[in-house]
Amino acid sequence: MDCSEIISRIKKKLPDFNPISISQNYSEEIYIRVDSRVFKDTCLVLHKILPSPVMMLFAIDERKKLNKFVITCVFMDVKKSQWVIVSMDIPQESPCFDSLAKSIHSATLFEREIWEMFGIEPRGNPDLRRLNLHDEAWPQGNYPLRKDFNGINGQVLGEYKFGRVDGEGVFEVPVGPVHAGIIGPGHFRFSVAGEPIINLELRLGFTHRGVEKLFEGKAYPDAIRLSECVSGDSSFAHSLAFTHALEKISGASISGQAVYLRGIFLELERMYNHANDIGGIAIDVGFSFSAAYASIIKEAILQLNEKLSGNRYLKKVNAIGWVLADIDDVKKQILLNSLKSLKQDFKELVKMLYSSVSFMDRVDATGVLRRKTAEDLGVIGLAGRASGVPMDLRKHFSRIYKEAKFKMAIQESGDVLARLRVRISEFEESCRLIEEFTGKLSKGEKTSVNPELKQGSALGYAEGWRGPVLYWLKTDSAGLIERCKIVDPSFHNWQALSYAVLGEIIPDFPLCNKSFDLSYSGNDL
Amino acid sequence: MIHILKNRILKGVVTKHIQLGLPKEIETTGLELKSLIQKRFGRSLHIREVDTGSCGACESEIISANNPIYDLQRFGISFVASPRHADALLVTGAVSKNMLTALKRTYEAMPEPKFVVTCGDCALDGGLFKGSYYVEGAVKDILPVALHIPGCPPSPLSIIQTLLEFLRRGAF
Repeated sequence: MDCSEIISRIKKKLPDFNPISISQNYSEEIYIRVDSRVFKDTCLVLHKILPSPVMMLFAIDERKKLNKFVITCVFMDVKKSQWVIVSMDIPQESPCFDSLAKSIHSATLFEREIWEMFGIEPRGNPDLRRLNLHDEAWPQGNYPLRKDFNGINGQVLGEYKFGRVDGEGVFEVPVGPVHAGIIGPGHFRFSVAGEPIINLELRLGFTHRGVEKLFEGKAYPDAIRLSECVSGDSSFAHSLAFTHALEKISGASISGQAVYLRGIFLELERMYNHANDIGGIAIDVGFSFSAAYASIIKEAILQLNEKLSGNRYLKKVNAIGWVLADIDDVKKQILLNSLKSLKQDFKELVKMLYSSVSFMDRVDATGVLRRKTAEDLGVIGLAGRASGVPMDLRKHFSRIYKEAKFKMAIQESGDVLARLRVRISEFEESCRLIEEFTGKLSKGEKTSVNPELKQGSALGYAEGWRGPVLYWLKTDSAGLIERCKIVDPSFHNWQALSYAVLGEIIPDFPLCNKSFDLSYSGNDL
Repeated sequence: MIHILKNRILKGVVTKHIQLGLPKEIETTGLELKSLIQKRFGRSLHIREVDTGSCGACESEIISANNPIYDLQRFGISFVASPRHADALLVTGAVSKNMLTALKRTYEAMPEPKFVVTCGDCALDGGLFKGSYYVEGAVKDILPVALHIPGCPPSPLSIIQTLLEFLRRGAF
């Protein structure tokens, strides 16, 4: 039994460990409820023994019924393909808890989020500046994710304080929130001495729309549409993670056909974004021909998406237990033919990039994110794999990918070139996977699923093209959403950018930034 | 270099080569647009794009409108890096409270004459994000909006066509 195994491993480090309750849900989620006094130690032990960064850390407001807040921390156990979820109760009279931030860096931003959204103080967190609720726009003391929030009180606005680097000849370069390109808003504050960047502070949250609150009280068809608009370039991964959570709660079984269709669409989403980013990296070093070439590939995939699903961005495709867009024999042929020409075009693109000395010179050893830094920060997904962090949900958690002998792309050097190489390998692997999955599609199989929505909670996940997209859902007895916590991989990975650019010059910043290509809206929510 | 030359020759003119079933209307739309723009703006129409809370899909489609297949630029419409160079402001997304000041300042930084275009369902009235505690509301309540391009997200072709309709009406 996996439950007892993890408990005995914790007990080796914490002999007095005595959880309030342990339960195993949906065969892959282990819930451990602990007392608030041992929450921190339990998390530290799990962080070390699994090892796993804090994948999610969030609060739930249960004051109305139970007079308490609940704080939940999610870890990933890749070896056992399971999630270890630790939670504790916090009495409403004293909303605070011991911060994990000083021991686990990946908890830092989550704690700041809990503080600004719920007013629960992470005691000992050295930085409690707000992330998404900007001081210039939102008065202190208003906590929008509390259930009893009903409008802003008070008018006192403040100003965000940036970290400062002092010293002779150090100057600051502020960039944003409105950037020169056609891109989302964010503020970057560079501290520069001469040419090299000595510090970069990111200030995001400009596209904060209160997504998590909007989910609350929604029924599932509307909520799926909303999940598709959390991060527009990962619509499918987001809706997939969301439906996954709902499927667990409702107990809906997923037809075999739908599993493969989802695999195909997930890989198509990965392919158009990887093509886009490879083109973006090329344009940021001024290599416009190959950038244009890559954009043709991207457009071809978007048009393929439309032919297969009726939507260029694969919206309105996912449903509970089923996929609304079926791939019949005609579409199958279109898909396979397109893949053939895409592969050819992509091969030419890669050849052009690799044979250009000036291009390779710009990307090689630029924007290095070392493995140690990546692990400490909890960098996940594509950026992690480029720095040697071997983690991909497709490898660890997915049956169909295991069947297809999925090969994870991994690089060690952590520079722009490594991230480019991971993208190239993944694009090629995606082509292969789609061919495999297409071969498994069976004729005429169709299940209509009428999900029975009930009370419950579950974790849904999908490996989007940036990395793991996680949804933690809690529904009420009517099946309406009570709490929805979303973590896009961008939330973990933005911090990595400010380490990768250290020592680089500002003109290389766009290149470094594009090599990560993180989502503004997925981060800001 | 040899690969670039080879691929340039092999690809030829992309719109012909790629078997994507490109509609004929794109050519007529674009050429018509070009002459209109030349008449009304002297030479070209410069657009500054601002994301005030979009999910990124509208941006992706606006970028696609500039790819070699749709190639908006050949018709005299280009996207510029600064509002100071712009004739039009293209706004995407529901207006987040955090972007309110930036949106107003970007508009103020543009020289006259100028007009505002909204792109995507969120920019019209907040779309799916309408009613959120952090959404200010519609762009039209903040700036004078001359044109809206509907869609979630609007396709590159519909971006081009809507712009043409608008310029033909001469309603700005």
